[in-house]
Amino acid sequence: MSDVTAERAIPDTPPAEENYLTAGTSLASWLLTTDHKRVALLYMATITVFFFLGGAAAVMMRIELVTPQGDLLSDDAYNRAFTFHGVVMVWFFLIPSIPNILGNFLLPLMIGAKDLAFPRLNLLSWYIFVIAGILAIYTLLAGGVDTGWTFYTPLSTAFANGQVLAAAAAVFVAGFSTIATSVNFIATVHLLRAPGLTWLRLPLFVWAIYATSIVMVLATPVLAMVLLLIFAERAFGIPIFDPLRGGDPILFQHLFWFYSHPAVYIMILPSFGVISELVTCFARRRVFGYNFMVYAILWIALVGFLVWGHHMFVSGQSMLANLVFSFLSFVVAVPSAIKVFNWTSTLYRGQIVFDAAMIYALGFIGLFTIGGLTGLFLASVPVDVHVTDTYFVVAHFHYIMVGGAVSALYGGLTFWWPKITGRMHPESWARFAAILMFFGFGFTFFPMFIMGFLGMPRRYHIYAPEYQIWHVLASAGAVLLAVAYLLPMGYFGWSLFRGRRATANPWGATGLEWQTSSPPPKENFFAPPVVLQGPYNYHPEHAGPPSLEREPHEPQGGPTERAP
Amino acid sequence: MSLALWPATASEQAAHIDGLFTGLLVVTGLILLLVAGLLLLFCIRYRRGTQAKRGDLPEFLRRDVELGWTAATLFLALFLFWWAGTLELRASMAPPEALEIHVVAKQWMWKARHPNGAREIDALHVPRGEAVRLVMTSQDVIHSFYVPAFRVKQDVLPGRFTEMWFRPTRTGEYRLFCAEFCGTQHSRMGGMVTVMEPEDYASWAAAQPQEQDLPGEGEALFTALGCAGCHAPASAVHAPVLQGVYGRMVHLADGRTVRADQAYLRDSILQPQRDVVAGYAPIMPSFAGLVDEADLQRLVAYLQSLRGEAAR
Repeated sequence: MSDVTAERAIPDTPPAEENYLTAGTSLASWLLTTDHKRVALLYMATITVFFFLGGAAAVMMRIELVTPQGDLLSDDAYNRAFTFHGVVMVWFFLIPSIPNILGNFLLPLMIGAKDLAFPRLNLLSWYIFVIAGILAIYTLLAGGVDTGWTFYTPLSTAFANGQVLAAAAAVFVAGFSTIATSVNFIATVHLLRAPGLTWLRLPLFVWAIYATSIVMVLATPVLAMVLLLIFAERAFGIPIFDPLRGGDPILFQHLFWFYSHPAVYIMILPSFGVISELVTCFARRRVFGYNFMVYAILWIALVGFLVWGHHMFVSGQSMLANLVFSFLSFVVAVPSAIKVFNWTSTLYRGQIVFDAAMIYALGFIGLFTIGGLTGLFLASVPVDVHVTDTYFVVAHFHYIMVGGAVSALYGGLTFWWPKITGRMHPESWARFAAILMFFGFGFTFFPMFIMGFLGMPRRYHIYAPEYQIWHVLASAGAVLLAVAYLLPMGYFGWSLFRGRRATANPWGATGLEWQTSSPPPKENFFAPPVVLQGPYNYHPEHAGPPSLEREPHEPQGGPTERAP
Repeated sequence: MSLALWPATASEQAAHIDGLFTGLLVVTGLILLLVAGLLLLFCIRYRRGTQAKRGDLPEFLRRDVELGWTAATLFLALFLFWWAGTLELRASMAPPEALEIHVVAKQWMWKARHPNGAREIDALHVPRGEAVRLVMTSQDVIHSFYVPAFRVKQDVLPGRFTEMWFRPTRTGEYRLFCAEFCGTQHSRMGGMVTVMEPEDYASWAAAQPQEQDLPGEGEALFTALGCAGCHAPASAVHAPVLQGVYGRMVHLADGRTVRADQAYLRDSILQPQRDVVAGYAPIMPSFAGLVDEADLQRLVAYLQSLRGEAAR
């Protein structure tokens, strides 16, 4: 392996050419930047803060749940902890994480553009996000909210005594940041592709971000609307959901899940893109079934809008609605299965190396498969009736969103870290963290499937003693998981100062982003790139990779001529 | 502490649902084994440096296999939907002879009322082998009635009735939970469901303080609230006679036809102008705010009890 690593790093001399990190060092050059790469780093810093805050709430909950009694937290404190955890992790970590860090950084690079279509809108969306984040932190300091992240009515409008309005305002404002970013991404993909980069030559990461952006633009306004209705009822007493005054509390659930089910795909689709990049690069193979992978992304984005009712099988909706939503939920499972099969087949006849990013990707495929398969249980109405609102559901969506999306985020950061910072992270530590994350995750969340099936309801602070063993296991696993999440922050931070300098293309990958220096110059490319062929040309068309050599692979395209 | 991996199975539905659950476990387990097995196999066989054959993919693998597993996954999904869907349809309707128990949820307790007037709080006694139908409503927020051993759960909503039914098959004590987050003491809102032999249930119910039964109380309210003034058969006011109305199709003034079920009766008390019966003037005042949830249950139970009298 030493021969491979040797060509990844270069002697530690400061880079000769100016790059986006050295193009300006004042605080203003960061806070007023319109460079998509710097905005991505601003997002990274902000989102990391929220990952810590949301994680701290999870730690409190896991410690509390070690015993069946309520010894650490009071009833209200526990309810506020899980609400804060949910609100922060969904809207301030998962939804913005991959699109706003990796997407922001990579989208223009991958399509050969100088920047996003609207660079100032990009900066504005970060400021909107910061304002929303401050509102979220104010909510916490002012005492928190105790409605759950779902804000179900009439609990949230007439009964909860926490800071519902502040929390709703935070989420409402964050939505505008989401919309601004996604409009920007859509315009960029349509307008700024390099010459020769046709739609079916786009890397799958670009397709995933593009599809995600469309879902965001269509779904987020519905969330904004339903939060305004909550505001109207709670603050001004206008009856909308209150049944005592002719309102309908179920209407809220329909509107909320009409946004929040697509939001699940907003959280997971970008990681599909990341995994496709990683698996092809480290298996040295073209992706299996590129067209099917694209259709699967689009199919998920479309049908994802039609399955919201499967969150409401026990809400009292009609039998017909239950069956229709059950049917559509089974149908939406098909494209996810295709993606898993295609990633697996991409490994066939490959030349696989187990760098840390690849270990994250393999872990993702395993955990996402379990998360997806348990979705079949929940799509079956009679089984869902038993396990909905139990820890089975908690385990299911954490497998998708944490085992899936967070593993992909760490894998993507590991893969693109040399490009982002120009420094190599320590590979052995990264592999250790990736393996620890996989096992720590399983250890934490698999027991939740069992206790959920046994009937342990979610959002319980005090629970029946027969469930204790599973809670103890989950809490013990959470210790490992916390270490696995903190470790990369340590070695990434270390690598900023001590890491060896990366070459332009340390992994021998084919994407356009690797055809410029690491880190890239302010305008991304020294000369405008031209694209000559589709992505993932890790081997000639009717051949496969050799067994040992890293060559031949052909970049998708590159600068027409390298400027002096 | 015993290490149970399977919850107690104490109702007819539970056995069916466990069958489906086991089927899903087998199917998904096989898929997981397939994916994990292939991942491991490929990772070992095609790791860098091995002498395994590489080169181009066979043509059939690139097209036919892709189409094949897309179709196979779709058919598997449809099969699972058919299995789950038929199970759900079969179990949806409560048998007509089911024992009807009324449940009112409030922050943070469950109140139950048996047909003979017996009441209990955070507890429910039911006879083994008999179908039990719960008619539920909430006084405040949304709650959810969940008995894991019966594999049944139903949200309990303010402002409307929801129903669920089950047929207990094994005597014993089983936990009752509130499964929908309902505020501060959500995790303390639970109790015990006790399944007894039918004769034990009968003697238990008889031993409870005898109060008037639900329809009886409803009848008293019917008079006290002045309903009888217009709706009694002998009344001088032109108002629909309610004998036997429950369960019948009713023609409305705007041409629609609806079934006079519990929801219709309840709405007609609270919003009488909404569904006016054809041939009558919209003169009835609303009783919203005058009757609470428990009273509504009593009134509707009384109207239901009038069903038989019309036939006489």
